[in-house]
Amino acid sequence: MKATVLKIAVAAGLMAGVATGAMAQQKNVTIGVSIPAATHGWTGGVVYHAQETAKQLEKGYPGLKVIVKTSPDGASQANALDDLTSQKVDALVVLPFNSDELTNPVREIKKRGTLITVVDRGLKDPSIQDIYVAGNNPEFGRVAGKYFVDNLKQGNVVVFRGIPTVIDEERVTNFEKALEGSGVKVIDKQYANWNRDDAFKVMQDFLSKHPKIDAVWASDDDMALGIMEAIRQAKREDIKFVLGGAGMKDMVKKVMDGDKMIPADVSYPPSMIATAMGVTAAHFYTNAPMRGTYVLNAQLITKDNAKEHYFPNSPF
Amino acid sequence: MTETVLRSSAEKRRFTIDMRALSPFIALVALIIAGALINPDFLTASNLLNVVTRSAFIAIIAVGATFVIAGGGLDLSVGSMAALTAGVMILTLNNLGGGDVGTLALGMLAAIALSAACGLANGLIVTFGRIEPFIVTLGTMGIYRSLVIWLAAGGTITMRNFELRELYRPVYFDSILGVPIPIIAFLVVAAIGALILYRTSFGRHVVALGSNEDVARYSGVPIWRVRTLTYIIQGICVGIAVLVYVPRLGSATPTTGLLWELQAITAVVIGGTALKGGIGRIWGTVVGAVILELVANIMVLSNFVSEFLVGAVQGAIIIIAMLVQRSVHRGR
Repeated sequence: MKATVLKIAVAAGLMAGVATGAMAQQKNVTIGVSIPAATHGWTGGVVYHAQETAKQLEKGYPGLKVIVKTSPDGASQANALDDLTSQKVDALVVLPFNSDELTNPVREIKKRGTLITVVDRGLKDPSIQDIYVAGNNPEFGRVAGKYFVDNLKQGNVVVFRGIPTVIDEERVTNFEKALEGSGVKVIDKQYANWNRDDAFKVMQDFLSKHPKIDAVWASDDDMALGIMEAIRQAKREDIKFVLGGAGMKDMVKKVMDGDKMIPADVSYPPSMIATAMGVTAAHFYTNAPMRGTYVLNAQLITKDNAKEHYFPNSPF
Repeated sequence: MTETVLRSSAEKRRFTIDMRALSPFIALVALIIAGALINPDFLTASNLLNVVTRSAFIAIIAVGATFVIAGGGLDLSVGSMAALTAGVMILTLNNLGGGDVGTLALGMLAAIALSAACGLANGLIVTFGRIEPFIVTLGTMGIYRSLVIWLAAGGTITMRNFELRELYRPVYFDSILGVPIPIIAFLVVAAIGALILYRTSFGRHVVALGSNEDVARYSGVPIWRVRTLTYIIQGICVGIAVLVYVPRLGSATPTTGLLWELQAITAVVIGGTALKGGIGRIWGTVVGAVILELVANIMVLSNFVSEFLVGAVQGAIIIIAMLVQRSVHRGR
């Protein structure tokens, strides 16, 4: 099961593929995919979805070859890009480790006439990319904030931040903006580094500090799991729910099973790499225009739609 | 006890050493007072027990680090080693599949065996390879970390058997006579560590090795064996810390134990052990670990430090605590 967006992209591609069937069979296209190695949960999901999609696309489009390369850091990703170009790729799908280090290597590849698809983290020079697929961090914060306004209506909320980055800043500012004018009040904020152990500690301290907490915005599923353990230890009954984010399978499962403390989750799908690969492949096999920017919605995952977001075989 | 010693000038040298050993405790008391002034909730039993319980992993690992550092070595791989050990332990438990005490015991045994083997590997490469421990353990840090990422496929290794999880959970969360089990665990580990370091010939060999390797060699200290053993002790301590860590969240991730090596080394140094070797203070180390966790706790409990500046204030407090310690024994 794939993300809906991908389904549409692939379906569009296949339909057009049938129409131009004879032509498509003679085509030989190679797509290089360069992504970070699985160094934490989310990138683990990216690797899984990239590999699965590579298989599916090769099956769906005759003559298509997809090469997936993972790299443990920015410098080795630059090397991996060199290796990929020596294999003469027609298109490159890249989720860059960081914008600064990888802008130039990608620009070099672009000069050879390769189609460039950038995923999630943008490059310094946006004119390099032909296709850009990204998650929506401001939206991620807004959707979460709206959930608190709609479901909690009023009360005290503690907020967990990730690692100090642009991503984190965009999420938190928009979360707070969404709360403006409502009865929901943020009484404390703290960084817990998108880390389970750190979130556990910070939650223990929040519980000592605040006698009444109505709900928690964990902003991340890993942190949510640490928070749940701290709440369970303190045996506190005042907390109505914990809202995580990202769409980790353990958490989506809880939403699906109707866990009272985890009534919802906000998606920031690692499967966006699949969307990018689908769009890129469609560029070669259809006549539909594919160049452009694709911003994936941060979706609210509830009991009703949890099944679409549940990938039991993914490591994340 | 120090008052009488203070007046006898013949015992003056001894007294300075006592003060030095005492100074981490003074810093601890100062921190507790500061914490109480910042937020009255700080002094509640539940908060203090939470904090000391949380410091258990670093404290236990740091007891091992005291041996390594006192012996003139260094181990940067402990955080990665802890993650790898936790990962392998959980995978072992999942593969055995049972929900009984026997399964748990086998998993624990696997954890200790693996961490001791990791420590042995560090020790053998340092001694027989004659390479700087900084480089060796930096290398194994990467190796152990990558292995756990590979085992987890970048995701999370979680205990699958719910019964086993519930059976094991009390090891972190329960208390005996009001004292949480992790605190008992680190007190026992520290007591055994102190016994070995202060009361056995091996302990004296470690300190001799750390203060001057050549002199130790000419005095007939079996250098290679002693040095390798310090790394094995470090490994076993990591294993014990993992036994207390796994029941807390029941999972290991690629970020488990990140930067624990620095926290352990900091705890050791705050405790009064010399980073260049030759002095080892087990109880100081334990207090150092508690101090580190207390500082983090006070930061969250305070209302006036912005979340952006927490790291800066934490760093400043640790440096000030060290300065206070220095002035205490320099002033005499």
